[in-house]
Amino acid sequence: MIPAAFDYYRPKDVEGVIALLQEHGDDARVLAGGHSLIPMMKLRMAEVPHLIDLQDIAALKGITIDQDTITIGAMVSQHELINHDGLSAAAPILREAALQIADPQVRYMGTVGGNIANGDPGNDMPGLMQCLDAQINLLGPDGSRTVAARDYYEAAYMTDREDDEILISVVFTAPVGGFAYEKQKRKIGDYATAAAAVQIAKVDGKVASASIAMTNLSDVPVWSQGAADELAGSVCETATLKAAVAAMLGDIDPTEDNRGPVAFKRHVAGIILTRAITRAWDRA
Amino acid sequence: MSDKMHIKLNVNGEDHEFLAEPRDLLIYTLREKLNITGPHVGCDTSHCGACTVTLNGKSVKSCTMFVAQANGAEITTIEGIGQPDALHVLQESFREHHGLQCGFCTPGMITRATKLLEEIPNPTEKEVRFGMAGNICRCTGYQNIVKSILAAASELNAAQEAAE
Ligand SMILES: Cc1cc2nc3c(=O)[nH]c(=O)nc-3n(C[C@H](O)[C@H](O)[C@H](O)COP(=O)(O)OP(=O)(O)OC[C@H]3O[C@@H](n4cnc5c(N)ncnc54)[C@H](O)[C@@H]3O)c2cc1C
Ligand code: FES
Ligand code: FES
Repeated sequence: MIPAAFDYYRPKDVEGVIALLQEHGDDARVLAGGHSLIPMMKLRMAEVPHLIDLQDIAALKGITIDQDTITIGAMVSQHELINHDGLSAAAPILREAALQIADPQVRYMGTVGGNIANGDPGNDMPGLMQCLDAQINLLGPDGSRTVAARDYYEAAYMTDREDDEILISVVFTAPVGGFAYEKQKRKIGDYATAAAAVQIAKVDGKVASASIAMTNLSDVPVWSQGAADELAGSVCETATLKAAVAAMLGDIDPTEDNRGPVAFKRHVAGIILTRAITRAWDRA
Repeated sequence: MSDKMHIKLNVNGEDHEFLAEPRDLLIYTLREKLNITGPHVGCDTSHCGACTVTLNGKSVKSCTMFVAQANGAEITTIEGIGQPDALHVLQESFREHHGLQCGFCTPGMITRATKLLEEIPNPTEKEVRFGMAGNICRCTGYQNIVKSILAAASELNAAQEAAE
């Protein structure tokens, strides 16, 4: 499979990227790890006359943990994320989720920024970022701006990012309490049939606060305020779990595809969320 | 057609300089331009791992990388890991433990396994299976591949201890 021809650029700084995006408009696109974009180009489902490789831009790399504020650069790979001890201690849900993405080779190349920017409902990082209430830092010709991950996704492959903006980093507060990332997939390395990201904070033996986001069960990730509200003040007993699942099922909107019919996906979503809450509560 | 680019690669310790279209995929460049045919094309869709090479210390599926991205990189393929008259411990171990049948997946398997044993020098069976999840074999059922890698790990660790 041979993609359409393109001009290739490897700028050294973000200003160079923005200038190229402005110059070429719709005809230009950035390349991070390439493990979503290149397959699309090979299938000729994406045509990119001007391809801008971000690999040399130091400003997009690195993970910083400052007190309880965590910043992850767009070009941090899943492999780096998994092997960062400080991050694994401060926000262990990231490592648990990243280990369930694809396979070792893909994780060496695939980046956090690419996974978040891509907009494929099957990507795992968007739901995770909503669970963590991450803020997404964008840079464009008019300067930088920040968008909450919970407001970022509009439809499949449609996000709040403008064509001439790039994703610089994501920032969030280190989560407290228990966590779980549960993912049902057809085989190792597959995208989710359903996945759930759960964080639960416990005070005096009860749920003080919770955050729940679901993946690949709608054309965007689904952060379910209703499901989290059901958990608040509870000890995550069976009736509460059922109520949380019911609330979540009211928020998702899966479609039939090669991962199964709608009824099956809703069934799997319920099981996955129950497992995720149970595990997060055990760890809280 | 876009302009050709001047590309430099170091493959298995040897420098190569040539002109290529940016859209050329690394796997086809290695196989067709440089005649390095150890890495195979199994799926051409980033799933099977037959095209795995080590690039700047990373295990990479070379069917999902443009040669332009690899410009300036150091690459190791199966040819750089061992030679017919001087097999790498992993190659010897695959032979000894029947870790292959048709052999199509083997260059990718062994290339990935060399990196896996750098990441985790003394892996459990579970870690081997998880670390090899990007490589598909249609023949062996994996049992003997896992056995080969575990045996090679023991041998490498024993040699390391003896040296110390
Ligand atoms: C076999 C296989 C299995 C996979 N399984 C999973 C899985 O289970 N879960 C999962 O989440 N993903 C999975 N993936 C996708 C993989 O994680 C991708 O690497 C990821 O989706 C995109 O990251 P990337 O760095 O490769 O981005 P690219 O492919 O380089 O880019 C993706 C898109 O994002 C844009 N983009 C990238 N970086 C930026 C930036 N900084 N600013 C603005 N736009 C940007 C690009 O222009 C492009 O449109 C799989 C991929 C493969 C090949
Ligand atoms: S040929 Fe590259 S992964 Fe199959
Ligand atoms: S030995 Fe035939 S594909 Fe693995």
